[in-house]
Amino acid sequence: MSIKVNTNPIDWVEGESITQLLKRMNYTFPLVVVKIDGQVIPKAKYSETIVPDDSIIEVIHLISGG
Amino acid sequence: MNSSLGVERMSTNEVAEKLKASTVGIAGLGGLGSNVAMALARSGIGRLIIVDFDEVERSNLNRQAYEVEQVGQRKTEALMYNIEKANPDIDVTAVCQKLEPGMMHFPFEDVDIVVEALDSAETKAAFIEEILLKLPDKPVVAASGVAGIGKSENINIHTSGNLFLIEDKDAPSSDDGILLAPRVGLFAYWQANLVLQILTEGMDVY
Repeated sequence: MSIKVNTNPIDWVEGESITQLLKRMNYTFPLVVVKIDGQVIPKAKYSETIVPDDSIIEVIHLISGG
Repeated sequence: MNSSLGVERMSTNEVAEKLKASTVGIAGLGGLGSNVAMALARSGIGRLIIVDFDEVERSNLNRQAYEVEQVGQRKTEALMYNIEKANPDIDVTAVCQKLEPGMMHFPFEDVDIVVEALDSAETKAAFIEEILLKLPDKPVVAASGVAGIGKSENINIHTSGNLFLIEDKDAPSSDDGILLAPRVGLFAYWQANLVLQILTEGMDVY
Protein backbone atom coordinates (compact mmCIF):
# COMPACT_ATOMS: atom_id res chain seq x y z
CA MET A 1 0.00 0.00 0.00
CA SER A 2 2.41 2.67 -1.18
CA ILE A 3 3.02 5.09 -4.01
CA LYS A 4 6.16 6.73 -5.28
CA VAL A 5 6.47 10.50 -5.48
CA ASN A 6 9.58 11.59 -7.39
CA THR A 7 11.06 8.11 -6.73
CA ASN A 8 10.48 8.33 -2.93
CA PRO A 9 8.13 5.65 -1.58
CA ILE A 10 5.38 7.08 0.64
CA ASP A 11 2.17 5.69 2.14
CA TRP A 12 -0.85 5.41 -0.10
CA VAL A 13 -3.93 7.08 1.37
CA GLU A 14 -7.24 5.70 0.14
CA GLY A 15 -9.35 8.30 -1.67
CA GLU A 16 -6.62 10.96 -1.64
CA SER A 17 -6.80 13.51 -4.47
CA ILE A 18 -3.83 15.13 -6.16
CA THR A 19 -4.65 18.40 -4.39
CA GLN A 20 -4.48 16.59 -1.03
CA LEU A 21 -1.29 14.74 -1.95
CA LEU A 22 0.44 17.98 -3.01
CA LYS A 23 -0.60 19.52 0.29
CA ARG A 24 0.75 16.50 2.21
CA MET A 25 4.05 16.82 0.30
CA ASN A 26 4.20 20.63 0.81
CA TYR A 27 4.29 21.37 -2.93
CA THR A 28 3.07 24.75 -4.17
CA PHE A 29 0.10 24.00 -6.35
CA PRO A 30 0.31 26.42 -9.29
CA LEU A 31 4.04 25.92 -9.85
CA VAL A 32 4.08 22.23 -10.72
CA VAL A 33 3.36 19.78 -13.49
CA VAL A 34 1.99 16.45 -12.23
CA LYS A 35 2.18 13.07 -13.93
CA ILE A 36 0.57 9.85 -12.72
CA ASP A 37 2.13 6.78 -14.31
CA GLY A 38 3.49 8.94 -17.10
CA GLN A 39 0.17 10.67 -17.81
CA VAL A 40 0.01 14.47 -17.42
CA ILE A 41 -2.90 15.53 -15.21
CA PRO A 42 -4.41 18.95 -16.03
CA LYS A 43 -4.52 21.34 -13.04
CA ALA A 44 -8.29 21.66 -13.38
CA LYS A 45 -8.57 17.96 -12.49
CA TYR A 46 -6.30 17.90 -9.41
CA SER A 47 -9.15 17.88 -6.89
CA GLU A 48 -11.21 15.22 -8.65
CA THR A 49 -8.31 12.89 -9.56
CA ILE A 50 -7.79 10.16 -6.95
CA VAL A 51 -4.27 8.78 -6.60
CA PRO A 52 -4.34 5.01 -7.21
CA ASP A 53 -2.39 2.56 -5.04
CA ASP A 54 0.98 1.52 -6.46
CA SER A 55 1.09 4.53 -8.78
CA ILE A 56 4.20 6.43 -9.72
CA ILE A 57 3.73 10.16 -9.29
CA GLU A 58 6.00 12.75 -10.76
CA VAL A 59 5.81 16.31 -9.49
CA ILE A 60 7.89 18.66 -11.62
CA HIS A 61 8.49 21.93 -9.80
CA LEU A 62 9.17 25.10 -11.78
CA ILE A 63 11.15 28.09 -10.47
CA SER A 64 10.66 31.64 -11.78
CA GLY A 65 13.26 33.33 -13.98
CA GLY A 66 13.97 33.65 -17.67
CA MET B 1 21.67 3.17 -46.05
CA ASN B 2 23.30 -0.18 -45.68
CA SER B 3 25.97 -0.14 -43.01
CA SER B 4 27.15 -3.01 -40.86
CA LEU B 5 27.78 -0.45 -38.11
CA GLY B 6 24.11 0.41 -38.00
CA VAL B 7 24.82 4.11 -37.90
CA GLU B 8 26.25 6.10 -40.75
CA ARG B 9 28.61 8.88 -39.89
CA MET B 10 26.89 11.96 -41.20
CA SER B 11 28.77 14.56 -43.13
CA THR B 12 28.61 18.17 -41.98
CA ASN B 13 26.45 18.80 -45.04
CA GLU B 14 23.86 16.27 -44.00
CA VAL B 15 23.64 17.79 -40.53
CA ALA B 16 23.29 21.25 -42.04
CA GLU B 17 20.52 19.98 -44.34
CA LYS B 18 18.71 18.41 -41.40
CA LEU B 19 18.88 21.62 -39.34
CA LYS B 20 17.83 23.73 -42.31
CA ALA B 21 14.74 21.54 -42.75
CA SER B 22 13.74 21.98 -39.09
CA THR B 23 11.35 24.36 -37.34
CA VAL B 24 11.72 25.36 -33.69
CA GLY B 25 9.16 27.35 -31.71
CA ILE B 26 10.29 29.54 -28.82
CA ALA B 27 7.84 30.74 -26.15
CA GLY B 28 9.21 33.82 -24.39
CA LEU B 29 12.01 36.04 -25.68
CA GLY B 30 13.76 37.08 -22.47
CA GLY B 31 17.12 35.89 -21.17
CA LEU B 32 16.40 32.31 -22.17
CA GLY B 33 14.44 32.70 -25.41
CA SER B 34 16.44 35.50 -27.05
CA ASN B 35 19.69 33.61 -26.48
CA VAL B 36 18.25 30.26 -27.58
CA ALA B 37 17.02 31.95 -30.77
CA MET B 38 20.40 33.51 -31.54
CA ALA B 39 22.23 30.22 -30.92
CA LEU B 40 19.81 28.29 -33.15
CA ALA B 41 19.97 30.97 -35.84
CA ARG B 42 23.77 30.81 -35.89
CA SER B 43 23.48 27.00 -36.06
CA GLY B 44 21.39 27.26 -39.22
CA ILE B 45 17.94 26.12 -38.06
CA GLY B 46 15.69 26.66 -41.08
CA ARG B 47 12.71 28.26 -39.40
CA LEU B 48 12.12 29.87 -36.03
CA ILE B 49 8.74 30.83 -34.61
CA ILE B 50 9.37 33.39 -31.88
CA VAL B 51 6.58 34.35 -29.47
CA ASP B 52 6.42 37.20 -26.93
CA PHE B 53 4.09 40.14 -26.22
CA ASP B 54 6.61 42.32 -24.41
CA GLU B 55 8.86 45.23 -25.27
CA VAL B 56 12.60 45.54 -24.68
CA GLU B 57 13.41 47.34 -21.43
CA ARG B 58 16.71 48.80 -20.24
CA SER B 59 16.77 46.26 -17.38
CA ASN B 60 16.69 43.38 -19.90
CA LEU B 61 20.09 44.21 -21.37
CA ASN B 62 22.07 42.51 -18.58
CA ARG B 63 21.16 39.12 -20.04
CA GLN B 64 18.98 39.35 -23.15
CA ALA B 65 20.12 39.49 -26.77
CA TYR B 66 19.06 43.09 -27.44
CA GLU B 67 20.86 46.42 -27.66
CA VAL B 68 20.43 49.86 -26.11
CA GLU B 69 18.94 51.27 -29.33
CA GLN B 70 16.22 48.59 -29.19
CA VAL B 71 14.76 49.64 -25.84
CA GLY B 72 11.03 50.28 -26.36
CA GLN B 73 10.77 48.05 -29.44
CA ARG B 74 8.71 44.89 -29.45
CA LYS B 75 10.94 41.94 -28.58
CA THR B 76 9.65 40.00 -31.58
CA GLU B 77 10.70 42.77 -33.98
CA ALA B 78 14.02 43.50 -32.27
CA LEU B 79 14.99 39.83 -32.19
CA MET B 80 13.95 39.28 -35.79
CA TYR B 81 16.33 42.10 -36.73
CA ASN B 82 19.18 40.67 -34.63
CA ILE B 83 18.69 37.19 -36.07
CA GLU B 84 18.74 38.62 -39.60
CA LYS B 85 22.03 40.36 -38.83
CA ALA B 86 23.58 37.13 -37.48
CA ASN B 87 22.21 34.83 -40.18
CA PRO B 88 20.06 36.19 -43.02
CA ASP B 89 19.13 32.68 -44.19
CA ILE B 90 16.77 31.97 -41.29
CA ASP B 91 13.03 32.14 -41.91
CA VAL B 92 11.62 33.89 -38.82
CA THR B 93 7.94 34.05 -37.93
CA ALA B 94 7.27 36.59 -35.17
CA VAL B 95 4.14 36.19 -33.08
CA CYS B 96 3.58 39.23 -30.85
CA GLN B 97 0.94 37.97 -28.45
CA LYS B 98 0.45 36.90 -24.86
CA LEU B 99 0.05 33.16 -24.40
CA GLU B 100 -3.41 32.68 -22.93
CA PRO B 101 -4.31 29.43 -21.15
CA GLY B 102 -6.20 27.10 -23.47
CA MET B 103 -4.61 28.69 -26.55
CA MET B 104 -0.94 28.50 -25.60
CA HIS B 105 -0.24 25.71 -28.07
CA PHE B 106 -1.63 27.51 -31.15
CA PRO B 107 1.64 29.02 -32.45
CA PHE B 108 3.46 25.70 -32.03
CA GLU B 109 1.28 23.24 -33.92
CA ASP B 110 3.70 22.92 -36.85
CA VAL B 111 7.06 23.03 -35.09
CA ASP B 112 9.44 20.10 -34.57
CA ILE B 113 10.44 21.17 -31.06
CA VAL B 114 8.95 23.60 -28.53
CA VAL B 115 11.29 25.66 -26.34
CA GLU B 116 9.81 26.91 -23.06
CA ALA B 117 11.60 30.16 -22.25
CA LEU B 118 9.00 31.93 -20.12
CA ASP B 119 9.52 33.94 -16.98
CA SER B 120 7.16 33.16 -14.09
CA ALA B 121 6.98 29.66 -12.62
CA GLU B 122 3.22 29.68 -12.88
CA THR B 123 3.29 30.42 -16.61
CA LYS B 124 6.05 27.86 -17.15
CA ALA B 125 4.00 25.15 -15.42
CA ALA B 126 0.81 26.07 -17.29
CA PHE B 127 2.62 26.17 -20.65
CA ILE B 128 4.48 22.87 -20.20
CA GLU B 129 1.27 21.16 -19.04
CA GLU B 130 -0.69 22.49 -22.00
CA ILE B 131 1.89 21.57 -24.65
CA LEU B 132 2.35 18.04 -23.22
CA LEU B 133 -1.44 17.56 -23.23
CA LYS B 134 -2.37 19.26 -26.52
CA LEU B 135 0.72 18.47 -28.61
CA PRO B 136 1.79 15.16 -27.05
CA ASP B 137 4.20 14.25 -29.86
CA LYS B 138 6.32 17.39 -29.58
CA PRO B 139 9.51 17.42 -27.54
CA VAL B 140 9.44 20.31 -25.03
CA VAL B 141 12.78 21.78 -23.92
CA ALA B 142 12.27 23.82 -20.75
CA ALA B 143 14.37 25.59 -18.11
CA SER B 144 13.94 26.28 -14.40
CA GLY B 145 16.10 27.85 -11.71
CA VAL B 146 18.17 30.31 -13.75
CA ALA B 147 18.63 33.01 -11.09
CA GLY B 148 21.86 33.47 -9.20
CA ILE B 149 25.64 33.57 -9.63
CA GLY B 150 27.99 30.59 -9.84
CA LYS B 151 26.88 27.03 -8.96
CA SER B 152 27.04 26.03 -12.61
CA GLU B 153 27.64 22.45 -11.47
CA ASN B 154 24.15 22.35 -9.92
CA ILE B 155 22.51 22.63 -13.34
CA ASN B 156 21.20 19.32 -14.59
CA ILE B 157 18.79 17.78 -17.06
CA HIS B 158 15.62 16.01 -16.01
CA THR B 159 13.91 13.96 -18.70
CA SER B 160 10.31 12.79 -18.40
CA GLY B 161 8.80 11.41 -21.58
CA ASN B 162 8.82 14.25 -24.10
CA LEU B 163 9.78 16.85 -21.51
CA PHE B 164 13.42 17.82 -21.23
CA LEU B 165 13.93 20.19 -18.30
CA ILE B 166 17.23 21.94 -17.71
CA GLU B 167 17.06 22.76 -14.02
CA ASP B 168 18.72 23.75 -10.79
CA LYS B 169 16.31 22.55 -8.13
CA ASP B 170 18.01 24.57 -5.38
CA ALA B 171 18.13 27.90 -7.20
CA PRO B 172 16.21 30.89 -5.84
CA SER B 173 13.20 32.28 -7.63
CA SER B 174 13.94 35.41 -9.69
CA ASP B 175 11.92 37.27 -7.04
CA ASP B 176 14.73 36.52 -4.58
CA GLY B 177 17.77 36.06 -6.80
CA ILE B 178 19.63 38.10 -9.40
CA LEU B 179 19.33 37.38 -13.13
CA LEU B 180 22.56 37.83 -15.10
CA ALA B 181 23.83 36.85 -18.54
CA PRO B 182 26.30 34.06 -17.65
CA ARG B 183 24.01 31.76 -15.65
CA VAL B 184 20.88 32.45 -17.71
CA GLY B 185 23.08 31.94 -20.77
CA LEU B 186 24.24 28.52 -19.54
CA PHE B 187 20.63 27.39 -19.39
CA ALA B 188 19.78 28.96 -22.76
CA TYR B 189 22.76 27.42 -24.51
CA TRP B 190 22.07 24.03 -22.88
CA GLN B 191 18.51 24.30 -24.21
CA ALA B 192 19.74 25.20 -27.71
CA ASN B 193 22.33 22.42 -27.63
CA LEU B 194 19.65 19.94 -26.61
CA VAL B 195 17.40 21.11 -29.45
CA LEU B 196 20.22 20.31 -31.89
CA GLN B 197 20.75 16.94 -30.20
CA ILE B 198 17.08 15.98 -30.53
CA LEU B 199 16.93 17.15 -34.16
CA THR B 200 20.00 15.13 -35.13
CA GLU B 201 19.02 12.05 -33.13
CA GLY B 202 20.19 8.90 -34.87
CA MET B 203 22.83 10.81 -36.81
CA ASP B 204 26.35 10.01 -35.71
CA VAL B 205 27.47 13.50 -34.85
CA TYR B 206 29.52 14.62 -31.89
